[in-house]
Formats: sequence, structure tokens, C-alpha cells
Amino acid sequence: MPSGVVIKMLNNLSNRSLSQWISGDGPEGDIVLSSRIRLARNLEKYPFPNRASKEERKAVIAEVREAISGIEDYRLHYIEMADLPELERELLVEKHLVSPVHATDGPEKGVFIDDNEKISIMVNEEDHIRLQVLTAGLQLKEAWGIASELDDILEDKLDIAFSKRWGFLTACPTNLGTGLRASVMVHLPALNLTNNIGKMLTAVSQLGLAVRGLYGEGSESIGNLYQISNQVTLGHSEKDIMENLVTVTQQVINQERKAREALQQDVKVIDNVKRSYGILKYAYQLSSDEAIRLLSNVKLGIDMGIIDYVEDKVLRELMILIRPAHIQKMHGKELVTIERDIKRAELVQALLKS
Amino acid sequence: MICQRCNKNISSVHLTKIVNGQKSELYLCEDCARESGHLSFTENNPFDFTNFLKGILNPEEEIYGDYFQEDRCSLCGMSYQDFTKNALLGCSNCYIEFENRLEPILRRIHGNIVHNGKVPKRTGGTLRIRKEIEEYKEEMQRAVDNEEFERAAELRDKIKELENMLAVRGGDKDVE
Repeated sequence: MPSGVVIKMLNNLSNRSLSQWISGDGPEGDIVLSSRIRLARNLEKYPFPNRASKEERKAVIAEVREAISGIEDYRLHYIEMADLPELERELLVEKHLVSPVHATDGPEKGVFIDDNEKISIMVNEEDHIRLQVLTAGLQLKEAWGIASELDDILEDKLDIAFSKRWGFLTACPTNLGTGLRASVMVHLPALNLTNNIGKMLTAVSQLGLAVRGLYGEGSESIGNLYQISNQVTLGHSEKDIMENLVTVTQQVINQERKAREALQQDVKVIDNVKRSYGILKYAYQLSSDEAIRLLSNVKLGIDMGIIDYVEDKVLRELMILIRPAHIQKMHGKELVTIERDIKRAELVQALLKS
Repeated sequence: MICQRCNKNISSVHLTKIVNGQKSELYLCEDCARESGHLSFTENNPFDFTNFLKGILNPEEEIYGDYFQEDRCSLCGMSYQDFTKNALLGCSNCYIEFENRLEPILRRIHGNIVHNGKVPKRTGGTLRIRKEIEEYKEEMQRAVDNEEFERAAELRDKIKELENMLAVRGGDKDVE
């Protein structure tokens, strides 16, 4: 497929380019793909979404819309979830802008998204307000700065449920207090290759943090992608929660770098990187899982300096673009698995060539 | 709607399948959905997060029995039993009404039961100012220890300013 066609297809994907957090390069970008801050807030005078009536849910949306309309620094657009076709909703999930639960059918749910797809504010998810800021690389403090500023603006106009003793009141007691979930998405192929991943996961979970594979079940992760986040939300300040996460992440980065150094001359690793590149370039069909595994190998190859003929940015974008809703959106229709796998291989080839 | 498989029970599962643009719909009762393998129910997995949490929330059931479980929030009408099923509270007031029962649960989840983070500027009232004063005082002490006296003086002025603000707002009354 000529690359011109692919570029046209990519433009089809959305009127804007890919989210800033995906395409942009950030600090420690060879290991940390993105950082995320999420704040849970509720309006004092309405029951939480799970107990609110249709009218109350509507009223919450109206109040939040009104409060957000006053924000001038960020251009936030409102999307009513019920107005979106299923494929578009899936697309937002793949871009990490709404949660899978928020994308399922259900009335009176909405989301505000800014032009850079850095900020998303879900309304009537588990809590009335779920404010999220996504940044490239390890930039939790920056993300927190934006989130806290937006939180201040909303709080200035809305009566937020808060108790002096228990902090911000949330529908689920696991979010109580700060309502803060800070997380980083890390790529740890070398720890996996040197059989150190299990030890690392255990150590991290003993430090009050939760680790889960981004794709795949439990501690199994496809593509060596893991999300590390704070477990506890009550009793610690936001600053402490973030510092703990950053300190531990820094340790994980150091360990991954050491493992990469140890593998620098490893014939098997070099061979695997190059083979993976070969398959990505010439396969006729690629499943999601296989593509993610191979992209992970090639990303390691780029970051270790084994290959220099692929741009890191292209690779990071591919990790999102190869997902099912993105492939289908590019082709403007629903596709069965086998069709998707062929289109996925075409897309990967075209982007690796360009 | 009656279940399309057993034609007996009321359907509670609505299945929409779209394969290559062909849409098919199916209404099943929970038993049939499970038996026919159309859905894998996460509730079968005791380590699924919500189920795990539910187990933690419900240890008192045997001691107090139904009487205790039937307590309802006077504002949103949620019963404590609803909470143990969904692991979700119904409204802000639930935290007040079920305070005593939530306390041990919160201790188990968080290890702490007193908020130590951000305080909303408006609804938090003077509490936020007090917290800022505390933070500045700590910082000032550190500055003094490090012999950064200029910095310490700056902080002292800030503290004074905030204390004046507190006085203007009516001082010692905490806004809750």
C-alpha cells in the first residue's frame, strides 16, 4: 500500500493528530512511555452516579459543563457518550481518554477532552467527576500541576463533597481522601529477558504501589508494558504519594537500564530485535498481541542502539494505532478479525517505510 | 422480556453481537447466559478486585445479622447491604451515617483514616490556610537550621500575612 494512502487514512482517524502523550517525547522516554494523574471528585448535593436518578445525572452534567465553560486556558470540548457510535467510543478507550466502563452503553455520561488530548474529564463515571491528565515520559509533577489547577477552577464554581477528616468523598472507599491515582506506564523488556521482572513486581508491590500488565491478565504482560500506581489514597499528601511513585519508578528505570547494559552484546537479543523488525516489515497478517510483542522488541532495539533505521516516535504511535478500533476507524467500517490482521500488517509496513 | 433460551425466566442479560456489520440480538436470563457460555462472569473469580473488596466489607454479617444490614442512609436510601454488594457508597451522607462501620474498613484499605492532602479552597474554608501556615512554619524551621536566614525571613512574612487573613475571616472557627 503506498504510504500516501496510509497518511490519508491516518487523517481519517480524527481531525486532530495523535494525542500529545503518545507522539511527544518526554523525560526517561526510553523506559517511561507516559505519566498520568487522575482525580476523583463529587458534587455535594447529588447522590453518587450509581445512585443518582436520570434527572440528577443530567443536572450534574449541566453544572459541570457550566463550570468548565469558564476555563479559558484549555479548550475543552464536551462529548455526550450516548451520541458516539460504539467504534468511536472504543477509540477513546484505546487512547486512554475514557475508561472501558465509561464507554459501555448508558445514559447521561459524558467526557470533556482538550485539543491536545492531554486532559480528559469524565462526568458520571463511578464518581461525578474523574479528571485525568496524561503526559509523555516521566512528568508526574507537570501533570499534577495541570490537574490541580483545573481542580481549583472547578472547586471555585462547584460545591465539592469534602470532609475534614476523610478528605474528598468518593463512591468507592478505595479512592477516598486525595482521590488521587498517579500512575506511570513503563516498558521493561530487559528485566523480563533477564528473569528479574517477578522480583521487581514483588518489591514494588511491597512499597504501597500496584503493578499490572497493560495488556494481558494479572502479572502476565504482553509487550512488556506495565502500569505502576499508588494503592493508598487516604492519609498521605499528594506530594508524598507522587514522590513515592517517582522514587520507586526511578529505581525501576535504573534496574531496567542495568539489565539492558548486560544484554548489550547478547547475540540472541540482537537477533530477536532484527527478526522482529523483519516480521513486522514483511508479514501479511498480524494479530494485536503479536504486533505488540514485536513492537516491544523493536523498541528495545532502538533504545539499545541495535537498530537506528526506525524512528522511536513512529514506534510509539504504532503501539496505539495497531489496536482494533483504530484499525477499523481507519477503514471506516467494522472488520472481522482476519481482515483486521491483514490491514494491521499493511499499516505497520507503510509506517515503517515512511 | 422472557429469556429466549429457556422461555421461562425474565431475561436480565441483553447481548448484542456485531459481526462484519451483521447485528444479532439475544435476551437471556442469567443462568442461560452462563450455561451457554456467552458470558464469562467475573463474579466467579473470588480474586476479582470488587469481589475481593466485598469480602472485606462484609465480615460483620454473621454477628449482626439482617437487622444491622438493613440500616439505610436517610438521604439516598442506600442500605449497608447494598454497599457490601457493590463496594460503592450512595452519596456523601453515607459516609456520615455509616461512619462507625466504615472506619475499620478504611483502616484496612488505607492504613490511615485521617486525610492529609489537598483541601478545597472554598468549601475547605480556613482549613486550607491553617495547613499552609503549618507547611511554611516547617519550611522556615528548615531554613533556620540551614542558616538561610533571608529565606526564613521571607517565610515569616508569608506566615504573618496568612495569619492576618485568618483573623479577618473570623479566626478560630473551623469550617466543616
